Amino acid sequence: MIDRDTVLHVAALARLDLHEDEIEPMARELSAVLDHLETIGELDLDGVAPTAHVLASESRLRADQPHTSLPREVALDQAPDASDDGFRVPSPQA
Amino acid sequence: MTDPISLTAVEAAAALRRGELSPRELFDAYRQRAAADDTNSFTWLADDPTTAGAGGFGGEDRGVPGADTVLAGLPVAIKDLFCITGVPTAACSNLLRGYRPPYTATVVARLQEAGATILGKTNQDEFAMGSSNENSAFGPVRNPWDRSRVPGGSSGGSAAAVAAGLAPVALGTDTGGSVRQPAALCGVVGLKPTYGTVSRYGMIAFASSLDQAGPISRTVADTALLFQHMTGPVDPRDATSIGWGGADELGLPTAERLDGLRIGVPVELLGEGVEPGVRAAFDAALRRAEDLGAEVTDVALPHARHALAAYYVLAPAEASSNLSRFDGVRYGNRVDADDLVSLYTRTRHDGFGPEVKRRIMLGTFALSSGYYDAYYGRAQQVRTKIVEDFRAAHEQVDLIATPTSPTVAWKLGERVDDPLAMYQADTSTLPFSLAGVPAISIPCGLSEGLPVGLQLSGPVFSEQRILEAAHALEQAIGFDGTPALGLDAVTDGGAANGGAA
Repeated sequence: MIDRDTVLHVAALARLDLHEDEIEPMARELSAVLDHLETIGELDLDGVAPTAHVLASESRLRADQPHTSLPREVALDQAPDASDDGFRVPSPQA
Repeated sequence: MTDPISLTAVEAAAALRRGELSPRELFDAYRQRAAADDTNSFTWLADDPTTAGAGGFGGEDRGVPGADTVLAGLPVAIKDLFCITGVPTAACSNLLRGYRPPYTATVVARLQEAGATILGKTNQDEFAMGSSNENSAFGPVRNPWDRSRVPGGSSGGSAAAVAAGLAPVALGTDTGGSVRQPAALCGVVGLKPTYGTVSRYGMIAFASSLDQAGPISRTVADTALLFQHMTGPVDPRDATSIGWGGADELGLPTAERLDGLRIGVPVELLGEGVEPGVRAAFDAALRRAEDLGAEVTDVALPHARHALAAYYVLAPAEASSNLSRFDGVRYGNRVDADDLVSLYTRTRHDGFGPEVKRRIMLGTFALSSGYYDAYYGRAQQVRTKIVEDFRAAHEQVDLIATPTSPTVAWKLGERVDDPLAMYQADTSTLPFSLAGVPAISIPCGLSEGLPVGLQLSGPVFSEQRILEAAHALEQAIGFDGTPALGLDAVTDGGAANGGAA
């Protein structure tokens, strides 16, 4: 069962603002889904290795060769707020 | 001259190569129908004067492909999840509405190199999260078979566009069933290839260990044609991509018989929830397979019933990580705030829709301290058991068959308030996604006047065998998709107006 405090804690981890009237429905919906997911707790999985990727058994590395990357003005073009040389945000110290 | 809309993609590409049909003529025929669409399948159409510079014929002002290319100007509809340079790409999210990517997805670039032109971007569930296409910031898509019903999801626009004859073929993506299930509900063909055979570069990530691009078309051969040019050598931009010869190794299917083919039916996926009409159409398809020489037997997938729970831990967990990039800083829309954290949290509050928020919360919870082992760790172990189930099953049978969806298309709005009912729409497709195996859905009949899909799956890299079997069955079943196509003229030789209003 997910309570109000858990919802607020997880929302903070997820960097997601929730309005007051969104908290209780979120708790209810998450609880319902999690109840259903409990079935995986019934299985005996002792000693079973986890599978993160079905086919990618090892990480491949590409050749370490320099190449041109996205030009700065192109990379900045779609930013909601960009200055000449970067993405503009409020100061983290604000 | 036959109405170009009535041609299959294989036929149209051949006519284009021979110069019997011009790329402009074919493009305009589909463009005109797509512009008059009443299913809301498209979010953007190429050749749109309001997006000049980005929207030239075929997208990106690339010019008209030559008749020496394989696809020679065949128009393709592209799910909004794929980035195309300069073309509006929003993953049907308000957070990305208006975004114009500075690069093109590898799979789209490969299709363009083979001579495809971009017809438009198709509607989808936001960030590919949904099974009904009702989670779109661009509004729901309507099923061409019955406009009061959903087309399935998340590639609902791609499936509906193909079914309604607004595009000859379309690109979709499948994480837990998002190509196969809408293909089934719209009466068209959809393939989820082996994980890794199509590059994910430029495909906006939902759950990276499961996401895979797949073709949607009206015939099995058309799906094969598109897939030939979607796969290819290893993409250095996607570390999980697996090199494959594409057209050099995969042929267009020609099989007419299924002699000696062993088809397994997993009893675990035929239990409660499968509508009687769906079961009847599925059983009839199995009898057709036997008539063609196949041997149909029961097969066990004992952990398949746990796939739903494992999937709804793993996919949201990966999504919660992938979607952290949408913070209003580098692209997309922003809600301004005085401090940085409020900028993030308000941007994400206003930008994401309810289902995306639910999955981010679910995934963040499953990965959070104290719950990681009980949820994410166990779900990964369940995935191992499912992979082992499939491996064991394929020691007994060549292919596995199930209904693609336990139900036919349901009414718009019917499940929007019940996330679990929505999630259960994917019970038949999820196990195959977790196992990473290829699977196709082909239409196999009607129930209550609505299409039923047959899912055929095989071991990894068995696409050719799946396509051959699907082709033979398609010919034997003779499914009639014309009610959705709205092309009364097809059977009597073709009329020029193509039904566009």
